[in-house]
Amino acid sequence: MTDKQYESKYKRVGQRYNRKDAQEKVTGQALYTYDLEFPGMLHARCLFSPYARAKIVSIDTSKAKALPGVRAVLTGEDSDILVGLYMQDKRALSKGETRYHGDIVAAVAAVDEDTAERAISLLDVKYEPLEPVHNVDEALEAKTLVHDDINHLKHIEGVFFPQKDSNIASWNKSRKGDLDKAFAEADLVVENEFSLPAVAHVPMETHVAIVQEDPYSKKIRIWSSAQSPFAIRQIMADSFGISETDVEVHIPFVGGGFGGKAGIHLEPLATLLSRAAGGAPVKLRATREAEFNTLPTRAGMRGRIKSGVTKDGKITAIRVNYDWDSGAYADYGVNVGKTAVYSGLGPYAVENASIDSKTIYTNKVFSTAYRGFGHLETHWSIERQIDILSQKLGIDPYEFRMKNLLEPGTRTMSGELITESSGSPKDCLTAVVKEIGWTGRKTEEERQREWKTGKVRGKGFAMLQKAPAMPANTASSVIMQMNGDGHVKMMIGAVDFGQGANTVMAQIAAQILDIPIEHIEVMSEIDTRANPYDWNTVASKYTFMGGNAVIKASKEMLRKIKEVAAQALRTEPEMLAHAGGEVFHVHNPERRLSYKDIALGYMYPGGNSIGGPVISSGSSIADGLSNLHPETGQGLPALDWTFGAHAVELEVDVETGNIEILKIASAFDIGQVINEKLVYGQITGGVVQGLGSAILEGYKFNKNVQLMNPSFTDNKIPTMKDMPKEIVPIYIENPQHDGPFGARGVGEHPMISVPSAIGNAIYDALGINFHVLPLSPEAIMLGILSGKKEILGTDVENLPGH
Amino acid sequence: MSNEKDCSMYTEHVESGKRKVTIQLKVNGHQVVRDIDPTMSLLHFLRDDQKLFGTKEACGEGECGACTVIMNGKAVTSCIVLAVEADGAEIKTVEGLAKNGKLSILQEEFIAEDALQCGFCTPGFLMSSRALLDHNPNPSDEEIIEVLSGNLCRCTGYIPILRAVKTAAERERKELGR
Repeated sequence: MTDKQYESKYKRVGQRYNRKDAQEKVTGQALYTYDLEFPGMLHARCLFSPYARAKIVSIDTSKAKALPGVRAVLTGEDSDILVGLYMQDKRALSKGETRYHGDIVAAVAAVDEDTAERAISLLDVKYEPLEPVHNVDEALEAKTLVHDDINHLKHIEGVFFPQKDSNIASWNKSRKGDLDKAFAEADLVVENEFSLPAVAHVPMETHVAIVQEDPYSKKIRIWSSAQSPFAIRQIMADSFGISETDVEVHIPFVGGGFGGKAGIHLEPLATLLSRAAGGAPVKLRATREAEFNTLPTRAGMRGRIKSGVTKDGKITAIRVNYDWDSGAYADYGVNVGKTAVYSGLGPYAVENASIDSKTIYTNKVFSTAYRGFGHLETHWSIERQIDILSQKLGIDPYEFRMKNLLEPGTRTMSGELITESSGSPKDCLTAVVKEIGWTGRKTEEERQREWKTGKVRGKGFAMLQKAPAMPANTASSVIMQMNGDGHVKMMIGAVDFGQGANTVMAQIAAQILDIPIEHIEVMSEIDTRANPYDWNTVASKYTFMGGNAVIKASKEMLRKIKEVAAQALRTEPEMLAHAGGEVFHVHNPERRLSYKDIALGYMYPGGNSIGGPVISSGSSIADGLSNLHPETGQGLPALDWTFGAHAVELEVDVETGNIEILKIASAFDIGQVINEKLVYGQITGGVVQGLGSAILEGYKFNKNVQLMNPSFTDNKIPTMKDMPKEIVPIYIENPQHDGPFGARGVGEHPMISVPSAIGNAIYDALGINFHVLPLSPEAIMLGILSGKKEILGTDVENLPGH
Repeated sequence: MSNEKDCSMYTEHVESGKRKVTIQLKVNGHQVVRDIDPTMSLLHFLRDDQKLFGTKEACGEGECGACTVIMNGKAVTSCIVLAVEADGAEIKTVEGLAKNGKLSILQEEFIAEDALQCGFCTPGFLMSSRALLDHNPNPSDEEIIEVLSGNLCRCTGYIPILRAVKTAAERERKELGR
């Protein structure tokens, strides 16, 4: 149940409005890129590498080209264009060598999908399979280089650090204090390793792009199921050597993204196909299998943590190594790795610390951003380690965290000073721990007693933090225009792919202008020719940055209205107040005008007119952010930290290994609720997505690094049956002084630390520490049957008798 | 799939090469008579032939429920039903839920409970829920979960969907006397 008790101090901000585009979505009217058709449109299909790593010896395209209806056949020999947001390491089509099972080897555009598919089957490719790089350990040995041109790959200098003659796409570092001394002085030093596999985003609409390269003007027109219209525009212009103005990007409704549709994906290949087909629009749509197998995933990760603590529970030292299995490419993956060096300690104040984060190439499906990127992964490691430390110290895990959490006056890993305006991790933890009725861990005796019933209950909790991970010059902007009826038309640069940006921006403008939210129309299709710039719709940044831009634009609109009204009412703008779509004199309220009297210009009774159409704009930029020092990682990477905590009560069936989530309480210090209904949806959706990572999902590879589960049959995501019995959302509202109405972002956060809280609750239930995700029934049973207390993997060989 | 020789018979659109079949059916109350390729799925018939784009494809193998429509009163995943199987059938899609410009109670409750985010799975959920409520106007939580666990949603975490179906059932019983 959503928290219908929530009361906002504002008339429109904080209220439970229905999402703006809901009606189109329940009637089937909402059109997605997948639904679009254009005259003369061709359909594309791709041929995928059947090997993780192979030399492409030859490709015979003659039969495919001869098939009636085929308009273009492309291989890697046809283009050398490299693309990437942070690291240009990926071709639209692989050339010479394939780098993962699913890498695109050739592509066809034909009059329909059937023909394209048939043409693909007529391609004759000769491969010479090569020994793949299986995992990060092999990659670090650097006997085989996934990219033998790594020394020359173009990347953002000073932010990412590819290592010479290696498989390390970027090695990011952060350092503070005197670690050796702190470890020497610690009462207890504990080292652990944790890991988790690659996981797919699984948007319900697979990636799809329609591109037309105009054969005459060379302009590129793109319709895409994408989160980043302006990043696509910039990367396309850069890679194809044309002006940004000559790249049009249209984003209709988008069927889910979760980070997987950030950056650039199918657009360059569709462009090349359009060019090869004489300028026809080409639709390239990923099948569900390609969505799993060809498009990028969340990277697998291994975290190794060494912590030093005092007897009374103060963490004095921590050394962390994060190794990211980025797969074949790291064009976005390097930014995930970078995030770990400033956020990878969790919300704890530790004086002496170091983090090394390596984004590593292997021959697996490549990685990209995934909801809260880097954080679910690092927090799986950190929050399990914190729990294990509290076990070893014999201190209650709540008390232990409270002694070490960030609070005003302490500093983050990158040296940022925490203040009252930053929000409070402690408020979040205290709220969730109270909600699940935490009274301390189970004793071994209690466990044994419950075990006999076949089902054991456990409680656990975990902290989380995240700030938007974005460049220091990240910017947003909006344009607002008033129609003759006093309604407002708003154009933003962010894509509303279900997170509710359009509704939230309308509420903020409605609050300031004091008009009904129904009187604000947010243009729901992004068109880069018309909509103003926004960096990327990612990172839980838009409520904050877009919200601030809307506040500026709304205030400017109000100022313009009041200036004209003041002249018409023969007073000063400062003498005017506004309410309910009207401006009036503060002392003589009968001297008033409606917005609509001014919207297109004010006309005096005699016919003279002043003003003109009311238009305003607003921009915001990531105020104060700096690049991190390359060696120490010190700097200001965070515009707004959103802190949070989850607490879980669960039941483990000790005969099947099945976990049932009885209750999960989730608190986030979001400063100010803008729309309770939408926040609630982010929490329920994020928690269940986190549950998927915790107990179900993960890529499985065979010994040749071929993906074994690229379908819903073998790669399950949670269904309604997996839903927790109860989710309790808790909104903490310590305002951020430069946030819109004090608000911070919360889109990604609910997913983070769900696995860690579950892992900690499983320890409470079973007295076993699991170090590897997912905590599937098989993994739990193998763990129980192994008789061990620390489960470092799920190998059957670990079982007694094997 | 046919072989190369079959392909050479055609100059443009390549279908299965099988002889077309006439089907006659009702779609959202309208009579439809069409000659179609016998290998065409009901999903592709609705989308490509009837241009009813509300029904979505998200896996193409009957695993996700995004393409759910109601066929003769039963919810089916239209991507794994052949259009010829729908000969003589009554089909209802998401476009047929609202009547005379007014949303159905179920649609209203999906909006009110925010049972959708990106909206791509929503038509499938609506049709599975519609079929359920047509058969059982007062389902328990367990019955709703059992039925809707065949539909995947990656955005909402399902809780708002469960609530929407429950409140819709309640309202339908009260307002429509079901």
